[in-house]
Amino acid sequence: MVVMNMVQAINATLRQEMERDKSIVLLGEDVGLDGGVFRLTEGLMDKFGKERVIDTPLAESGIVGAAIGMALNGLRPIAEIQFMGFIYPAYQQIVSHAARMRNRTRGGLSVPLVIRTPYGAGVKALEHHSESTEAIFCHIPGLKVVTPATPLEAKGLLTSAIRDPDPVLFLEPTRSYRLLKEEVPEGEYLVPLSQARKVREGSDVTIIGWGAMMPLIQKTVDELVRQGMDPEVLDMRTLAPMDYASIITSVKRTGRAVIVQEAPKNCGLGSEIAARIGEQALLSLQAPVERVTAPDITVPLPKGENYYYINPARIERAVKRAMSF
Amino acid sequence: MLIDEYDPLKGTMLQILDKDGKVKHGLEPEIGEDRLVQAYRTMVFTRLADDKAVRLQRQGRLGAYPPSKGQEASQIGPALALDKEDWMVWAFRELGALLLKGVPLWRLYLYWMGNEEGSHFEPDIRVTPSAVPVGSQVVHASGIAYAAKYKAERSVVLCYFGDGATSEGDFHEGLNFAGVFKLPVVFVCQNNQYAISVPRKQQTAAATLAQKAVAYGIPGLQVDGNDVLALYAATQEAVERARKGEGPTLIESYTYRMGDHTTSDDATRYRVEKELAYWTERDPLSRFRAYLEGKGLWDGKQESSWQEEASRQVEEAVKQAESFQAPSLQEVFAHTYATMPEDLRQQLEALDKELNGSKEG
Repeated sequence: MVVMNMVQAINATLRQEMERDKSIVLLGEDVGLDGGVFRLTEGLMDKFGKERVIDTPLAESGIVGAAIGMALNGLRPIAEIQFMGFIYPAYQQIVSHAARMRNRTRGGLSVPLVIRTPYGAGVKALEHHSESTEAIFCHIPGLKVVTPATPLEAKGLLTSAIRDPDPVLFLEPTRSYRLLKEEVPEGEYLVPLSQARKVREGSDVTIIGWGAMMPLIQKTVDELVRQGMDPEVLDMRTLAPMDYASIITSVKRTGRAVIVQEAPKNCGLGSEIAARIGEQALLSLQAPVERVTAPDITVPLPKGENYYYINPARIERAVKRAMSF
Repeated sequence: MLIDEYDPLKGTMLQILDKDGKVKHGLEPEIGEDRLVQAYRTMVFTRLADDKAVRLQRQGRLGAYPPSKGQEASQIGPALALDKEDWMVWAFRELGALLLKGVPLWRLYLYWMGNEEGSHFEPDIRVTPSAVPVGSQVVHASGIAYAAKYKAERSVVLCYFGDGATSEGDFHEGLNFAGVFKLPVVFVCQNNQYAISVPRKQQTAAATLAQKAVAYGIPGLQVDGNDVLALYAATQEAVERARKGEGPTLIESYTYRMGDHTTSDDATRYRVEKELAYWTERDPLSRFRAYLEGKGLWDGKQESSWQEEASRQVEEAVKQAESFQAPSLQEVFAHTYATMPEDLRQQLEALDKELNGSKEG
């Protein structure tokens, strides 16, 4: 075991997987010589050479499109998009090609591709550096969307994503990159995709979150426990295809659900989770499903970010509203 | 090298066969006689198969279809320069190239009839599925070529797209990527003069499409797109460069779509009659046939017996495609992911019950 933050855990995972499998190549803007703007790929070009750690031209559609071609011809590319706010030129490649290649060829061709990108607000960043638009990717059949909450989770989920036969969008919560350190095994470590993580077992209410919301939920839960409550906490970690079964099982038991979502409210993942609970656990509910989300506005620049970004107090109030029924 | 002699900025176009099939002195490429005959046979076969597809659409037996008529040389000429191990990346109007590469016609009919199995090719054939979003396949070609180079394979990638695609961002990103990494790709732009209704002049103020290569630091060459020999010769050079590690080439195949954009289109809304007459005189088939007859490789008797045999094969392909079973509900779900997620499995079961299990009430 080595104590690592998420940046170090991801870097170590990339290194380990590249040592294991020569067909893995990394490509993206500034991933080589510079080691990535967040230093996620630091030292990898030195170790594996510039043919395997590729500084590409500044072209997101080109990066993902070329990675699709590489995957079609036997490689296992890991593309980095520098920030989620810059991924949209590649949206066509992701939706119209990566996600559907297997189906449109009836299994003849496939795209084992990982697209890594930092996402999320709360870091006082420039415009277009704080997006949390996971929902527009989770809507796409054929694509998997994964986001880790901790360094250990990052290692396990990224290893599984790299070995997955289908395209995976791997969302790295920027705010959590260096937020927390924990012990991470040096050897191989896998976390299965499409399985939620029960962070805390409880009986009063199910709090559902993912990515950068998990540390905020943890803070809230610590406070709630101090006040004598017993919440259950689920980290969804694979956002598509999502493990709805774990949510339903939990909510049927606790009778209450609070969904915490960094993204704006309308058509967010929370909408779908609430609908599933309505379909499958309505008669177990003792309170309306609560959603803690960003408002439906553009992420404000740093001076206004505090209005937008979710804080533990908001989560606590939502839990108490649910508990008041 | 033709690539050095035909400067795209000077507007010189490579032509080896004139419109009457007379060969230009000193330019005749070295190519086996069998290969020449095979090219011609494939061109004839393509025209018949294409014509059949249009008729099938009119009869309601095939969906919307983009006709190839007039572009047979433009499709087949470049493909003649490929080996079995080479990749072909295409858009949607490349019927002749696919047939030459060895994709069975019945599969292509099956695709246009509306079945994904029509894009399930044998893995060793190295052909991608059609890419309907215009230009989006160009970046794939560069990635495939990167992988070929990385694996130190001998293979090259031939990538087709149309004149409209040159306005798309992916055209730029794909050529730029290939140029930077000196990748083994030959980009063939089938400039058929129209992107549906919008004429070539409205796509770009550039004098030729081939000259766009200059900006990527790669060679570009404009070729008579109805001259199968010129296309073969230019592509052959480009393929050799690619195999030697000298990087990509852009070939503009200057041709003409004699039919509609697709069977849903009506080209008379935006094209004048005399334009079609001009290009009919430059038909790629009659020109090549005259050349082959001049060399004693083809005659009227061979023509009529091949027409008969090709028509028979086309009918056979129609039969095979039409008798292919429609997909089951399970099949349309099965290839969304390598392993079906639990939630999707439940959706499949529920839909199956809803559609087929109504007896249970």
